Amino acid sequence: MTYVLAGYGITALAIGGYAAWVLARGRRLTRNR
Amino acid sequence: VSVKRGSAVTLSLGVAASASLLATFAYGLSLPKTVEQEHYSKLIAIHPGIAWASYVAFGVTAVASVLWLWPRTRSLTWDLLAGASAEVGVLFSSLTLITGSIWGRPTWGEWWVWDARLTLSALMLALLIGYLALRQVPATADARGRRSAVAALLGVLVVPVNHYAVEWWHTLHQGRSLEVASDTLDGQFIFAMTLGFLSMTLVYSWLTLHRLQVARLEEELVSDDLDAALEARRREAVLT
Repeated sequence: MTYVLAGYGITALAIGGYAAWVLARGRRLTRNR
Repeated sequence: VSVKRGSAVTLSLGVAASASLLATFAYGLSLPKTVEQEHYSKLIAIHPGIAWASYVAFGVTAVASVLWLWPRTRSLTWDLLAGASAEVGVLFSSLTLITGSIWGRPTWGEWWVWDARLTLSALMLALLIGYLALRQVPATADARGRRSAVAALLGVLVVPVNHYAVEWWHTLHQGRSLEVASDTLDGQFIFAMTLGFLSMTLVYSWLTLHRLQVARLEEELVSDDLDAALEARRREAVLT
């Protein structure tokens, strides 16, 4: 089960992390316009 | 196509993507143990869907590149969409290799083998990273658009080859998931995998739309900076 949880965990972290980065960058650029 | 941050389209897409991703995770993790793979078959809910999203990402990059190259449809948006989709493609390609590797270790006994499907998936990731690097080479928007579109169209050939790799070369990776599934898997595993395909496609679309919007804002910033620099130069010229 450790491998399964690692697979799901890494997927959640990678997608969540990238989404957070894209949203934050969009927000910063909108503010600086 | 204008996609404003927080517009109704991106907002509903975001809600659908999050809800379906949560459902995929919950359903995937609740799948029963199997005789051959114990808990590891639970990865069927995410791995094939992630791999599919990486194909979609490269495909969208290629289609957007054609639309940029075609004089009648040429628009900066297609070039930026090609770049945005490739970046999201790097995320999904990396996750394909990582989740596949995590599946391979307990079931095949190896983190990595130079199997046709695995090698081509790694090549796909390398091509996407190379494509993004090429986009960073300083150039006018036109030159960047042309050279990256040509590179994308050459690179995308890896997608069909990778898709049929499991038939052309009988190495370790199993056959195409849906065909294997219809013969050998229970309905709930097929449902989990289909849910995975749906949720990863929605997540890909949502991330790409937002990344495209960020690319647009970055492009505006660059041209604003350029305008400001030109204006400053003009003022200098008047003063001297």
